[in-house]
Amino acid sequence: MTKVYTDAFAALEGLEDNMTLVVGGFGLCGIPEKSIFAIKEKGVKGLTIASNNCGVDDFGLGILLENKQIKKMMSSYVGENATFEKQLLAGELEVELIPQGTLAERIRAGGAGIPAFFTPTGVGTKVAEGKEVRNIDGRDYVLEKAIKGDFAIVRAWKGDKFGNLVYRKTARNFNPMVATAGKITIAEVENLVEVGELDPDEIQTPGVFVQRIFQAPQEKRIEFATVSE
Amino acid sequence: MGMDRNQIAKRIAKEIADGFCVNLGIGIPTLVANYIPDNLQVMLQSENGLLGMGPFPKKEDLDPDLINAGKQTITAVPGASFFSSADSFAMIRGGHIDLTVLGAMQVDEEGSIANWMVPGKLVKGMGGAMDLVAGAKRVIVAMSHTDKNGNPKLLKKCNLPLTGVHCIDRVVSDLGVFDLRDNAFELIEIAPDVEVEQVQQLTEGKLRIAENLKTVEL
Repeated sequence: MTKVYTDAFAALEGLEDNMTLVVGGFGLCGIPEKSIFAIKEKGVKGLTIASNNCGVDDFGLGILLENKQIKKMMSSYVGENATFEKQLLAGELEVELIPQGTLAERIRAGGAGIPAFFTPTGVGTKVAEGKEVRNIDGRDYVLEKAIKGDFAIVRAWKGDKFGNLVYRKTARNFNPMVATAGKITIAEVENLVEVGELDPDEIQTPGVFVQRIFQAPQEKRIEFATVSE
Repeated sequence: MGMDRNQIAKRIAKEIADGFCVNLGIGIPTLVANYIPDNLQVMLQSENGLLGMGPFPKKEDLDPDLINAGKQTITAVPGASFFSSADSFAMIRGGHIDLTVLGAMQVDEEGSIANWMVPGKLVKGMGGAMDLVAGAKRVIVAMSHTDKNGNPKLLKKCNLPLTGVHCIDRVVSDLGVFDLRDNAFELIEIAPDVEVEQVQQLTEGKLRIAENLKTVEL
């Protein structure tokens, strides 16, 4: 069997309305660009998406907003996006704001077979409202549940045809956890190589987590280009 | 009157010791990096997955795959490492980060902090702030002592939604340096041209004056 698909559209076969997606990236860094464009092209609606951010108005997950394809976002920060703001205020969009470390761990737990975990983050705040709080060895912790997706979608620098992945610099971010948390995980890679070409010691996501892979060039838009003299 | 943003940052930089791993928030905290002495080995952590953050790159070295938590392009110093968000917050939540410096809209005498949402205004999210205050070994808040209208921001009890409870160790404002101790703000250093009475007047929470009160050295 082959895990290799021709493009994002083909790799998203089986994507339907009202599914839950877990998507890698931080801001516009390390996002699976072509998959997001393909989701827009497919036109599926009612999506719940767990991803640290929601892109900007015309790039990244932000492009799914103008099409009104997203029902709910689960994110830690959504500040870079005017469409998001408008839809949220109009009640067209639900948002669950999650502390960044809790979001990373909930996705990690989802992929690792851990249904929930206790964390000190958010105790005594709105985040803990309605959740179990337990005192363990003298400190309070809040119970947080795992996140899993019908699809998980990541971007990697290099991948081989078995699905082994290598990320580059801070484009790694949420991608390794996201890769573990999908019923079907799609890897969008800048460079697709033959099995055996990657050094086993350098592989960051073992191929067992990846069901579909394709190669695609990335635009890699920079959100805030800052330079020194 | 009091210290400006750069002076606050300069004072906070004195809290950093050789070998520290430090996470700096956005605003005044970012300026702290400018005042870390060159002879100290300090690693700056960026919660999106970098320990060993360097200055902004030269134009020809811009790399879209290398950004900080504010989504700005940056560089990595020798000895730096890249890692996943889960590993990043294992560092933070697991107590491996020596110091975090954050801004705040309000703090209170119990050591609680509010810095992520104002009811009725658009909520953008807490990012990594809740994890940082819950997990860093030491939490220092850099803030202006009063808001735009001159109202105190060092309160008896925060009335904005909290980022964390009983988690702040020290506050550095334009008026001085305050330790959170026994449900009070203890003034341990006062800004050069500020009187204790002025601090008293502009602080709503319980204020205690340290026996050996010093003047901030800049």
